Amino acid sequence: MNLLEVKNLKVHFPVKHGLFSRVKAHVKAVDDVSFTIQPGETLGLVGESGCGKTTLGRAIVKLVEPTAGSIYFEGEDIAQLSGAELRARRRKFQMIFQDPYGSLNPRMTVGQIIGEAIDIHQLAESSSARQKRIMELLKAVGLDPIHAQRYPHEFSGGQRQRIGIARALAVEPKLIVCDEPVSALDVSVQAQIINLLQDLQQQRGLAYLFIAHDLAVVEHISRRVMVMYLGKVVELAEAKAIIRTPKHPYTQALISAVPEVDPDSKRKRIVLPGDVPSPINPPSGCPFHPRCPIAQAPICQVDVPSLREVTPGHWAACHFAK
Amino acid sequence: MLSFIIKRLLHMIPILLGVSLITFFLMALTPGDYFTQLSMNPQISPEKLAQLRAEQHLDKPWYIRYLYWLKDAAHGNLGYSAAYKASVSDLITSRLWNTFLLSFAATLLAWCVAVPLGIWAAVQKDSWVDRLCSLIAFVGLSIPDVLLALLALMFAAATGLFPVGGAQSSLYDLMSPGEQIWDRLHHLILPTIVLAASELAGIMRQMRSNMLDALRSEFVTTARAKGIPEGWVIYKHVLRNAINPLLTIFGYSLAGLLSGAFIVENIMAWPGLGRLTMEALSAKDYPLVVAGVVMAAALLVIGNFIADLLLAWSDPRIRLK
Repeated sequence: MNLLEVKNLKVHFPVKHGLFSRVKAHVKAVDDVSFTIQPGETLGLVGESGCGKTTLGRAIVKLVEPTAGSIYFEGEDIAQLSGAELRARRRKFQMIFQDPYGSLNPRMTVGQIIGEAIDIHQLAESSSARQKRIMELLKAVGLDPIHAQRYPHEFSGGQRQRIGIARALAVEPKLIVCDEPVSALDVSVQAQIINLLQDLQQQRGLAYLFIAHDLAVVEHISRRVMVMYLGKVVELAEAKAIIRTPKHPYTQALISAVPEVDPDSKRKRIVLPGDVPSPINPPSGCPFHPRCPIAQAPICQVDVPSLREVTPGHWAACHFAK
Repeated sequence: MLSFIIKRLLHMIPILLGVSLITFFLMALTPGDYFTQLSMNPQISPEKLAQLRAEQHLDKPWYIRYLYWLKDAAHGNLGYSAAYKASVSDLITSRLWNTFLLSFAATLLAWCVAVPLGIWAAVQKDSWVDRLCSLIAFVGLSIPDVLLALLALMFAAATGLFPVGGAQSSLYDLMSPGEQIWDRLHHLILPTIVLAASELAGIMRQMRSNMLDALRSEFVTTARAKGIPEGWVIYKHVLRNAINPLLTIFGYSLAGLLSGAFIVENIMAWPGLGRLTMEALSAKDYPLVVAGVVMAAALLVIGNFIADLLLAWSDPRIRLK
C-alpha cells in the first residue's frame, strides 16, 4: 500500500486588491499535482525558486490548506481534516525546515523543544521515560545528551539542523518532509546531515519527501525524483533515469546547467530564453511553451500536456516526450 | 546574577548625583527665588529677608548650596519647603499615595486591556476586531491628554454620574468605611481612564506588531507541525517571543508611575505629586523641585533596572551574557 497518495492537489492563494479586499486573481502555487510515496522511500523534489515545491511540501503536512484535491495518508484522506483530528494524525508526518536558525524557538531549551512533541502526543509514561527518550534522540542524531539543557543559539547551524531532525523524530513519524534541509549549511556539513538522514531512514524505515534545488544532492539521496515547473509536475522518474535521459525539455535544460567536473566534456548547455512567467497568469496550454526550445504551435499553446508514462516508470508532461 | 544586580545598583549612585547637580545648576540659572516675591511686601524688612535667605543658604553660590543639600540628603533630610512651611519628606509622602493610586490604577487598566486586545488583533489580523482596535488606538494616540481630561470633566458635569475633580468628597470623614472605599473608587474612575488612554493605545499597537512578527517566525510553523493546539502555540511560542519590547516599555512606565500624571492631576484637581512639583516649580521652592526631579530620575533608573531583570528572566539569550 502507498504510504502517501496525493491526487489532483491544488493550492491557490487569493490575491486581494482594492478598498474592499476583493479577490482579483489566484497564485496557482500548486496546480493539479498527483504522486505517491511508498513506505521507506525517498522521493526527491526539484525545481527553481517559486515553482511551488515548498508549498507542495507544506500542503502535504497540512501546514498550508489545500484548495482542492486529496491527500491519502495510509489510505485516509487528511486533506479535509482539521482541529484535534488533524493534530492527532500529525504524529505520523513531520517536517524538517530549511532555516535551522529560525525554526527552533529561542526561548526553549533543546530538551523542551523535543520534549514538547513527546508530551503533546503522550509518548512517554513518566518523566524519567520522557528524559530517556530525549537522550536517545539526541544520541541518534549525533549530539551529546547533555546538550538537552542548552538553548538553540548555543549551537552551530549543522547542530541546529540535527536538533530539528531529533525534534521531527521524537513522535516516530512515518514520513518526513525535508524542505531544503541542507541549503543553509556549509558543503562539508551538508554531507554529514545527508548521511545522517540516510542512516536514520535505514534504521527506522522512514519515508522522505526531499525538497532541494541541488540536483546532485537529490540524485544522491532519492530513489525517484519529481521535477516541478510553475506549480505543475513536469517529470517523474527514477533518479538515475532523470539525470541520464531526461524526457522533458525543462528537465533537460535544468540538468545541462549542472557544472561538469570534466573540463573536456562537450555537453551542450541549453539556455532557456526569458524568465519564469508569473504563477498568477500562467501561460495557456503547456506552462513551459513560451520558453521551450521544441514547442510547436498550436498544440503546445492550446493543450495542457498530461503527465504520461513515456517509458516504464518514467513519466513526463510533454506532447513530444518519447 | 547577584553581581549583575549589585553592579547595576552601584551605577545608580553617579546617575542620581548627576541629576541632582544638574537640577541645582538649572534652578540657579533662573532669576529669583521663593523670597523674591516677599520683597515686594513693605511689611517685611530687607534684613528679615536676608535672614530668611541665610537660613536656606540662599545667600551662597549654587554649588555650595548643593553640598549643603547633599549633606542633608545623606542623612535622609530632603530640606524644608518655604512655600508649604513643611518638611519636603512629609509633603511628598502625603501626596505620594494619591499619585501612586492613580498611576497604578491607570497602568493596570492600560496593560490589562491593551495586551489581550493587541494579541487578539494580531491573531485575527484584518478582521473587524483588528480594525476596531486600530481605530481605538488611533483615537487614543491622537487625542491630547489635556483635551481628554477636559472632555471627561464636561462629561462628569453634564451627566452627574461622576464627581468633577478631586480625590474624595467633602463629606468623606463622616462616611462609613464601606462608603469611603466606594467614594475613593468613584473619584478614581475618570482620571484613571484619561491617564490610561494614550498608554493603552501605544501598548496595544506595540503588542500587535510584535505578535505579528513572532507569528511569522518559522518556529511557529514548527510548533504547529508538532501538533500543538493553536491556543498553546500562541501562548507558549508566539507570546513569549513577542514580549521583549513590552518588558522594556513596562520598565519605562514604572518610571512614569509617580511623575507621568502632571497634566491629568492639574486639570482634574487630583492632589498628587505631579501637581505638587508643578506648583513648587512656579513658586521657585528649590528643595521641593529637586526632591521631585531626583525622585523621578530614581524611578526611571529603577524602572529600567526592573525591565532588565524581567528581560533576563524571560530571554535566555540575554540571561547568558
